[in-house]
Amino acid sequence: MENILNAFVLLANFIIIPGAAYGSQLALGALGVTLIYAILRFSNFAHGETMAFGTMVTILFTWWLQGLGVSLGPLPTALLALPLGIAVTIGLILICDRWVYRYHRGQRAKPVIFLIASLGLMFIYNGLVRIIIGPGEQRFEDGQRFIITVREFREWSGLTEGLMLRSSQALTIVVTLIAVAALFWFLERTRTGKSMRAYSDNEDLALLSGIKPERVVLIAWVLAATLATLAGVLYGLDKGFSPINYFHLLLPIFAAAIVGGLGSPLGAVAGGFIVAFSEVLLTYAYRRFLSYLLPEPWMPEGLVQFLSTNYKFAISFVILVLVLLIRPTGIFRGKTI
Amino acid sequence: MNAATSKKQTLLLFTLMGLAFVVVGFVQSWSLSLTIFNYCLIAAIMALGLNIQWGYAGLFNVGLMGFAALGGMAVVLVAMPPVEEAWSAGGFSMLTALLFVLATVIAAIVVYNRLPKGRTRNLAIAAILIIGYFLSRAWYEPAARAIESVNPAHTGYLGGLGLPVALSWIVGAILAGCAAWLIGKITLGLRSDYLAIATLGIAEIILAIIKYEEWLTRGVKNVNGIPRPVPFEIDLQQTEWVRDLAVRLGSTAPEVAALTVKVAYAGILLSILIVLMWFAQTALNSPWGRMMRAIRDNETAASAMGKFVKGRHLQVFVLGSAIVGLAGALLVTMDGQFTPGSYIPLRFTFLIWVMVIVGGSGNNYGAILGGVLIWFFWVEAEPIGLWLANTLTSGLAADNVLRTQLVEGAAHMRLVVMGLVLLLTLRFRPKGLLPEVSARRH
Repeated sequence: MENILNAFVLLANFIIIPGAAYGSQLALGALGVTLIYAILRFSNFAHGETMAFGTMVTILFTWWLQGLGVSLGPLPTALLALPLGIAVTIGLILICDRWVYRYHRGQRAKPVIFLIASLGLMFIYNGLVRIIIGPGEQRFEDGQRFIITVREFREWSGLTEGLMLRSSQALTIVVTLIAVAALFWFLERTRTGKSMRAYSDNEDLALLSGIKPERVVLIAWVLAATLATLAGVLYGLDKGFSPINYFHLLLPIFAAAIVGGLGSPLGAVAGGFIVAFSEVLLTYAYRRFLSYLLPEPWMPEGLVQFLSTNYKFAISFVILVLVLLIRPTGIFRGKTI
Repeated sequence: MNAATSKKQTLLLFTLMGLAFVVVGFVQSWSLSLTIFNYCLIAAIMALGLNIQWGYAGLFNVGLMGFAALGGMAVVLVAMPPVEEAWSAGGFSMLTALLFVLATVIAAIVVYNRLPKGRTRNLAIAAILIIGYFLSRAWYEPAARAIESVNPAHTGYLGGLGLPVALSWIVGAILAGCAAWLIGKITLGLRSDYLAIATLGIAEIILAIIKYEEWLTRGVKNVNGIPRPVPFEIDLQQTEWVRDLAVRLGSTAPEVAALTVKVAYAGILLSILIVLMWFAQTALNSPWGRMMRAIRDNETAASAMGKFVKGRHLQVFVLGSAIVGLAGALLVTMDGQFTPGSYIPLRFTFLIWVMVIVGGSGNNYGAILGGVLIWFFWVEAEPIGLWLANTLTSGLAADNVLRTQLVEGAAHMRLVVMGLVLLLTLRFRPKGLLPEVSARRH
């Protein structure tokens, strides 16, 4: 019995908690991508860099607040800086929309032109982040680091395996729940949200019903910037901020959005968790886990790891390819919100 | 735009570009000017490869980095001398593992084709893949360990075949082409966004393999001393004619030898570029090229005319990727080393995109001009930015925060500049510096 409990704690510690936190971060990122796709109909390659930019601004405000001696007690100060970070990111994104995308919208350019424009913005954000904060890694987590530490858990339960819950992980999951709930409430219940869904569903029909396209686009960008900053800050609190990681997040985020169905918010959330858990499950070494369950002579040699963590990109990619081959529209039949 | 003005513009812009190299030669040094020129040529070849995909056919490939890295890997696998010890330590097991992988894939394909659609087929394929995975892994792991432990400080990998380096360029192109065929087979025919994301993914996977499969490529430990297609500077210094030339130019023998080597590389690269250019131009103006443009401009109409759109796309995707692979192989040859850590998507994928868009998609001369121009400014932006930062802040103290920040940031300024250049081109000159010339004759 104790062995089974130990095995379960091990799984919870190394798969369930990290997977849920990573899945939440991917879900938030994928929601931003999918919203832009639903309204503006292009894949926004600058999304990863938007996340990096929002995180950078939040870090700068966090440092400023820390310098003033402001803190949230057990919670990270970054939470206090977050609204400021979101506001600045929204500002930047709206300026970019006004100066870049709006012209091409006026020209009724093909989606691929928007995609190329987003590559240009990707370069600019990338350069801005590196000029302002530098390419190195920054840690900005403060407050109480752990909710449950390994030792506390061991003493409490008497098991050999420990369970660790970092505050950043708990925070990620809670904030994601709130954000996703708020977003769905907005899309389903409010007038503006309904007008966005209508616009995504059928642009011409929405125009005929008096929905202002520029307003819909503006709200889509505001939501995308908010979600990107949230996702970026939570990821940074969890794993540390280094600009290059945010570029590499682009692939799992796109994979999540496509798996769920590009343009479908529900799909983006589901896709985020599917991608995250596949990554964690396939790159975890099960040797210790099996040692609790199998009798000694049955123990396999080696780490019992299906894929080295170096190849975690391959997992997002394989999931992506499988979905493209079997069900190209994604699990939740994408394209509308 | 008609052909005559286009010809004039092409000539003018290329002359201006040539002048820029002369300026660098006088202001900085001729050796630097030639080095930049050589890298520009490689960038131009890559841009040509992308132009064939994007400009001819409208395929959105953002996995150029992966294809270039594959080309680079080919140089190591073909030109480096084999490591006999490593082969005897784990070569046989590794080949067995590869054989199992191959057998698994073939078995899965056979089952896919033979059995009727349904649950039985899916289960059978899953079973084959799982069994194949464990069988090949059982051979692969000890082999990789054995190979990597053979003198890890110097080799620790299988080495290459010890063949002439020029052969590796062709192999690089073929490798990249094969990878492109595989990825194209899966994603062509879907939305262009999906192709973009799939190529982004394949590039990351190729890079992961090259970085972490140390038995194959030595990974991040790098491979140095790749055989060169040109003589070494140190040997050239001793020759009679280099000494004579040095005396006549009023320079030293080592300097003349270094310049000679660079000129030789420039010659090789230029001739490859000219040959490729001839092929690309001929193809573009042939019925095949007209068909490609017709497909790009209206897929439905072309398909209604009986053109096999997906097949043509696959063709052009493979060709373009092969050229990128060739350029990647040339780059590694010229560097003389293979450094997997140096492949970053911004420089190897997205910068090439800036080149093609700025140069003029659909126009081969435009792609080449874009390649040369963008690479030139990518390299020169740092000294220019540094100079600007220093001049602008010259009134401030040397340890002023703003000044140090600006001077440090100068290197990253070029990212912002490239982004701006791309956006401005898209807005004010969407067809690029040298727009596509309509092939129709009046």
